Amino acid sequence: MEEKTVGRLNQSRAPIYEALEQFRRMRVVPFDVPGHKRGRGNPELTEFLGARCVGVDVNSMKPLDNLCHPVSVIREAERLAADAFGAAQAFLMVGGTTSAVQSMVLTACKRGDEIILPRNVHRSVINALVLCGAVPVYVNPETDARLGISLGMKRDQVAKAIAEHPNAVAVLVNNPTYYGICSDLKAIVEMAHAAGMLCLADEAHGTHFYFGEGLPISAMAAGADMAAVSMHKSGGSLTQSSFLLAGPKVHAGYVRQIINLTQTTSGSYLLMSSLDISRRNLALRGKQVFEQVKRLAEYAREEINAIGGYYAFGPELVNGDSIFAFDPTKLSVHTLDIGLAGIEVYDLLRDDYDIQIEFGDLGNLLAYISIGDRIQEVERLVSALAEIRRLHQKDPSGMMRHEYIDPEVVVSPQEAFYAEKISLPLRETEGKVCSEFVMCYPPGIPILAPGEKITREILDYIEYAKAIGCSMTGPEDPEIQRLNVLA
Amino acid sequence: MEFWFSEHHTPDVKLSLRVDRQLYSQESEYQRIDVFDTPEFGRVLALDGNVMLTERDEFIYDEMMTHVPMAVHPNIRRVLIIGAGDGGVVRELTRYEQIERIDLVEMDEMVVEACRRYLPGNACRLDDERVHIYYENGLKFIRRREDEYDLIIVDSTDPFGPSEGLFTREFYGNCYNALKEDGIMVNQQGSPFYGEDAAAMQRSHKRIASTFPISRVYQAHIPTYAAGYWLFGFASKKYHPIDDLNAARWNGQHLRTRYYTTRLHVGAFYLPAFLEEMLQEVE
Repeated sequence: MEEKTVGRLNQSRAPIYEALEQFRRMRVVPFDVPGHKRGRGNPELTEFLGARCVGVDVNSMKPLDNLCHPVSVIREAERLAADAFGAAQAFLMVGGTTSAVQSMVLTACKRGDEIILPRNVHRSVINALVLCGAVPVYVNPETDARLGISLGMKRDQVAKAIAEHPNAVAVLVNNPTYYGICSDLKAIVEMAHAAGMLCLADEAHGTHFYFGEGLPISAMAAGADMAAVSMHKSGGSLTQSSFLLAGPKVHAGYVRQIINLTQTTSGSYLLMSSLDISRRNLALRGKQVFEQVKRLAEYAREEINAIGGYYAFGPELVNGDSIFAFDPTKLSVHTLDIGLAGIEVYDLLRDDYDIQIEFGDLGNLLAYISIGDRIQEVERLVSALAEIRRLHQKDPSGMMRHEYIDPEVVVSPQEAFYAEKISLPLRETEGKVCSEFVMCYPPGIPILAPGEKITREILDYIEYAKAIGCSMTGPEDPEIQRLNVLA
Repeated sequence: MEFWFSEHHTPDVKLSLRVDRQLYSQESEYQRIDVFDTPEFGRVLALDGNVMLTERDEFIYDEMMTHVPMAVHPNIRRVLIIGAGDGGVVRELTRYEQIERIDLVEMDEMVVEACRRYLPGNACRLDDERVHIYYENGLKFIRRREDEYDLIIVDSTDPFGPSEGLFTREFYGNCYNALKEDGIMVNQQGSPFYGEDAAAMQRSHKRIASTFPISRVYQAHIPTYAAGYWLFGFASKKYHPIDDLNAARWNGQHLRTRYYTTRLHVGAFYLPAFLEEMLQEVE
């Protein structure tokens, strides 16, 4: 393999992978966990997953290091990752980017601390506030009136929040949003640092920013203090594997302690080796790979816009502030003009055309284009969209657009979550304080979070989203006919 | 020296042909292309290790793909062929003077080049002035056509390789849209015999039947294809494959064929009971 260095390390190394290969050759007799013993004890599983796969499902041991306290091959893999991402520290995460986001927030905040963030965060962020007792200060993300999607945070809105809450400890930024929209991260980092706050980035959808060209700036390059990077989304590693990155101002030992509060002590070597191999791949070939992804997405946008009726939006949206940058690998399509909600097109694609896309909401759908895509599949998606328009186009009047509903935080998420509560039928909850989440998943951005006041507008939105077939999650009542509210 | 080519029709069944010599073997952007001579079947074209055609039995396939719709629709002028880079279908169609234009959309230019060089019996009419070859993705090509063709012939490879997109509902819908109001689509529909082939055949029949008002399946015996037993789909907006067969008109053209006859035309639509049942299941 060609040798290549991103920072100062040799990125063609993959220490965890190499250690597992070496370990396989040693033919060590296992009298340790896992009990399937290289798959022998579970032939059906071995048949299903393959002998090579179950053969490296092994436990921490001296030659393979230990995720809780890495000193050898895992530590080396972390150093290489930090080098590849331009971070001071990188941590391998095996509990999904959810665990990376939570560790990031838990590192920055303690009980009662304020944290400034946009309301269109992933549920994992607010979950972290439930865990640690920090109080959210929401910045209203602009909403695009035509598309009905939440945008980034405007600079002056962030400045206002910082001025009004000078004791806040951190500012959290989506880089980018699910739809690929970026705030002016560099400016926000400078504002946060000037006010003595940390800047945290949720980069669940931003792994490729570190490797591709012509993409929005990455958190580490912008000077952010921590970033949660979903390697398993655009980076190609196995589901549930992720990186937490930290800048030079953050104490690495403390971050490790925070991670170990909730992370498993039996870190999966399947997940860790996938992080190692994927990091190597992106460091060596990421530039070409993401150039290709970008071209595919651009081609798909052109072809979809040529069908008529659909609007596959792209970098033309950039306005220098609430849409400071747009991720051109994202393929989002506005569907309302053909009289169909995004979720309806999403369902048609799956049921009639055997095409699974990432998600559909009220007005848009998102098809995930990545490292594994080929032109043939893109042609299928475009043709299916053309067919759906031909067969299902309707009068678009009466379709609901998502409007940003300014949340009223009455009590902190933690207080609301653990408070005495009662269950009421949905429509009787108006005016009460909600003690649980309500969201469409995906995208997993809460409509209601614990501690927020329930309004008629919110209830209308929930009922409409249920009626058009959004998959709603969060509350104790899976049918979402009742909500828990503070007693 | 014993030199055999084998193709697995299922993991447990294979067809083997003794090979005299291999003439061509190249990897294109989409697939591996091989041409070799065999004592029994003459020259053979294989894509990704699957026999696409042999000199000995290609006439069955090419005649059944073309003369069936030509004997039904009274006025075919504009034809679109998707796949079929070997030229066999084009060769049959160029025998009809009434046809004004044939658009051939083949994804893989190397297949056409290989056939021009090694299978002139098939590729011999690719230079006919009515033939226009487009090297592009069939799905993309047809998306932009509306109300344009009298006949579309889908001559794809099997549904598990680069041709997968040509067995989809979106593709059949786009074909419907590209056909004139009395247009016909004919496609190779695979074999109904072995499990996985049969399931794919049912899937594509279901998709066609939900797209076109008339959708019928007909059969032929082709020795080198799986189980020697092959199906074709006849999908149409207006003409019925048997009721609208005009045998006198077709026979009046005095085209010499080796497999197709207007008597066989009717018979080919009468299917064995197990197959009728499989089709009814998804209709």
